[in-house]
Amino acid sequence: MRFLIPLGVFLVMVIFLAIGLSLDPRNLPSPLIGKPTPTFQLPKVEEPSQALTPESFRGRVILLNVWASWCVSCRQEHPVLLELAQRQEVPIFGLNYKDQLTAARDWLSKFGNPYEASGFDQDGRVGIDLGVYGVPETFVIDKKGLIRMKHTGPVTPQALEKDILPLVERLKQEP
Amino acid sequence: MSAEIGQWCLILAVLFAIAQGIFPLLGAARGIPLWMSVGRAAGRAQFLFLAIAFGCLIDGFIANDFSILYVASHSNSELPLYYRVAATWGAHEGSMLLWALILSVWTVAVTLFCRSLTLPFQARVLGVMGLISTGILLFILLTSNPFDRLVPMPPDGNDLNPLLQDFGMTIHPPMLYMGYVGLSVAFSFAIAALLGGTLDSAWARWSRPWTLVAWIFLTFGIVLGSWWAYYELGWGGWWFWDPVENASFMPWLVATALLHSLAATEKRGAFKAWTVLLAIFAFSLSLLGTFLVRSGVLTSVHAFASDPARGLFILVFLALVVGSSLLLYALRAPSIRDSAHYALISRENLLLMNNILLVTAAASILLGTLYPLVLDALQWGKISVGPPYFSNVFAPLMAPVILLAGIAPLFAWREASLAKVWGKIRWLAPAALTLGIITTALFWELKDIKVLAGLSMAFWLIGGTLLSLWSRVQLRSSVLEGLQSQSLSSYGMTIAHLGIAVFLVGLVLSDRHSVEKVVRLAPGDTAAIGRYDFIFKGIKTVDGPNFKAQEGLFEVRSEDQLITELKPQKRSYRVQRNTMTEAAIDPGVTRDLYVALGEPLDAGAWSVRLYYKPFIRWIWFGGLFMMMGGLLALLDRRYRRHKMDPILTA
Repeated sequence: MRFLIPLGVFLVMVIFLAIGLSLDPRNLPSPLIGKPTPTFQLPKVEEPSQALTPESFRGRVILLNVWASWCVSCRQEHPVLLELAQRQEVPIFGLNYKDQLTAARDWLSKFGNPYEASGFDQDGRVGIDLGVYGVPETFVIDKKGLIRMKHTGPVTPQALEKDILPLVERLKQEP
Repeated sequence: MSAEIGQWCLILAVLFAIAQGIFPLLGAARGIPLWMSVGRAAGRAQFLFLAIAFGCLIDGFIANDFSILYVASHSNSELPLYYRVAATWGAHEGSMLLWALILSVWTVAVTLFCRSLTLPFQARVLGVMGLISTGILLFILLTSNPFDRLVPMPPDGNDLNPLLQDFGMTIHPPMLYMGYVGLSVAFSFAIAALLGGTLDSAWARWSRPWTLVAWIFLTFGIVLGSWWAYYELGWGGWWFWDPVENASFMPWLVATALLHSLAATEKRGAFKAWTVLLAIFAFSLSLLGTFLVRSGVLTSVHAFASDPARGLFILVFLALVVGSSLLLYALRAPSIRDSAHYALISRENLLLMNNILLVTAAASILLGTLYPLVLDALQWGKISVGPPYFSNVFAPLMAPVILLAGIAPLFAWREASLAKVWGKIRWLAPAALTLGIITTALFWELKDIKVLAGLSMAFWLIGGTLLSLWSRVQLRSSVLEGLQSQSLSSYGMTIAHLGIAVFLVGLVLSDRHSVEKVVRLAPGDTAAIGRYDFIFKGIKTVDGPNFKAQEGLFEVRSEDQLITELKPQKRSYRVQRNTMTEAAIDPGVTRDLYVALGEPLDAGAWSVRLYYKPFIRWIWFGGLFMMMGGLLALLDRRYRRHKMDPILTA
């Protein structure tokens, strides 16, 4: 009977390895879920004399999208964001990460601007506070300013329908 | 054209592999000699076609044929010829082809050196190897074909990853594969013995040299990888417990246990079932390593670009190979009878303890490596397991192994007299501790407990090993005669065990007494570590074949005497546009001096990392000692006899 132990242990290991194939070890969850958005004060890309702070969107459920003109994958998700902005279901704010002001504005005028406003985070410090480790990333922030979800990578229509928008709807119900 | 020839040869090779797998095994089961002899011919044909295929791939690189997708992805016309050839095994598809080729090399070796085995046994060994080949070749053909074309052909290639453009990196994979894949021979011997129903000391005697050769290559491959990481990665580290490093270390630990267990099985008929299980484990860990590196289930600096289809294929293959062998083991092992009787105090039992400790160590590394995956699969969070876990678990398991290795050769087989052994070794512990205290106090500080413990253990091991040699030499009439009459095999053991001591010294001293300084230096500035002064003389630009470099000049002086000039570089590779740090090292037997450039700061100054690393080369010397010990054992007279015990009932 004890001769079956190696086989048994091996089969358990294979099951875990098989499950592992469907997981992505590089996808790290955000430790900020449920915590308040870190405070920041950034000049707006569109109007550098004005400031963007978390107060700008307090009281509303919003998406905060981290983007840059040098980011190739951002181009991939951009049409999705534009379409979402058209539908006016949820306001989208941008965090322009480690970019140049002129390049960022050129990018927005060329490809369209879905953002109510974009904060210009030139040295990336706000990104560090948010735990950004790749671009693009999108945060769902509730009315109280708490971060409720982080989506890494481009926002796909499927991610919108399945994960992001249902959460936004639920959060809108909250006081 | 050569890619198409390569493709055809791959297909032919897999057909021969299928023949090599099926006919001999069925023939052995049914007693059909003709089918059994298919194994040899099919194995050799498989090798021939794989060699041609591999040659075609190399040709693609040499000729800069960027219409081959693999060549275009990993080569460039400015890449020096030597690296173009090495790029053949620099990425997933090519390295799998190398894996398959090396398996066929081992297959041919078996057909050449195992002629005096009985036909059924030979057939079973070759049959199992044929089935493994089939799996690997199908994997290559269906998911990882290096001969895929790229149309339209790009004007130039993507260049080889600069980290691989290095001598150490070019020979590290072939050596490792010779080791990993070589363990398949011991595995096949084990399966053949289980299938045939007879496990005797002749089986162990046949398995030993094959396991030894694979182990030697695996040792060399691991040493190369560690040495490469040290000089290439620029931070003075040499082992990071990265999943892929662990994937090579686990088979090594189990293969070491296997070598020791085979000795007991051959000499005393002990541990038969356990040895078979170890042989299965060793190769299973090789396959598992292949899966971990190429499937993307673990985050690792080494991991190849992952593709779920590939991961799934290897997992299914792994499950089939290992699952069926463990099932066979479960069915046949209960009827294996050990012919050994041994007392509690005996060399058999000490070897058993060695095995248990080594396998436990391997299991603990496996646990640590897979733990993040298990937690994630159970949705209990994402964690990473790193050096704190591994060093704290591994070291305490290795300490008893080293202590036992020092004295186990002194214990007789079957029944050892504790009193007799004690008589020989009662001075060993005090002497080792004294020497440890003296060396630690003389050169370092006595309160360094880890250094004291490490050095004392090393002295214990050296003393015990030389003592056991001496007690055998003493049995002869003169010292000279005594030395000459010892077998190469026992010298091999002596050197290999001394190698462990050398490694331990290097490990403990470099770990505790390395000095690292990160400083800002402007041209003309000096930084000091101990008695060494590092004078920064400035930066100049240097052009390489496919890179441009900023090269710093450092003069190293001690008491105003010029020791050496070090020229670390920061290279910018033109095609992939990444930056590589090339550290400059002054190697020495008792210390390394190591300089690496950081980032350029203001006004011509640079951030620089300076290291003083005492005795770090001893880590790799230790590994090389172990290799030499293995080689000596391999050259022993008993393996040079042409007709080795031919009777092996199957």
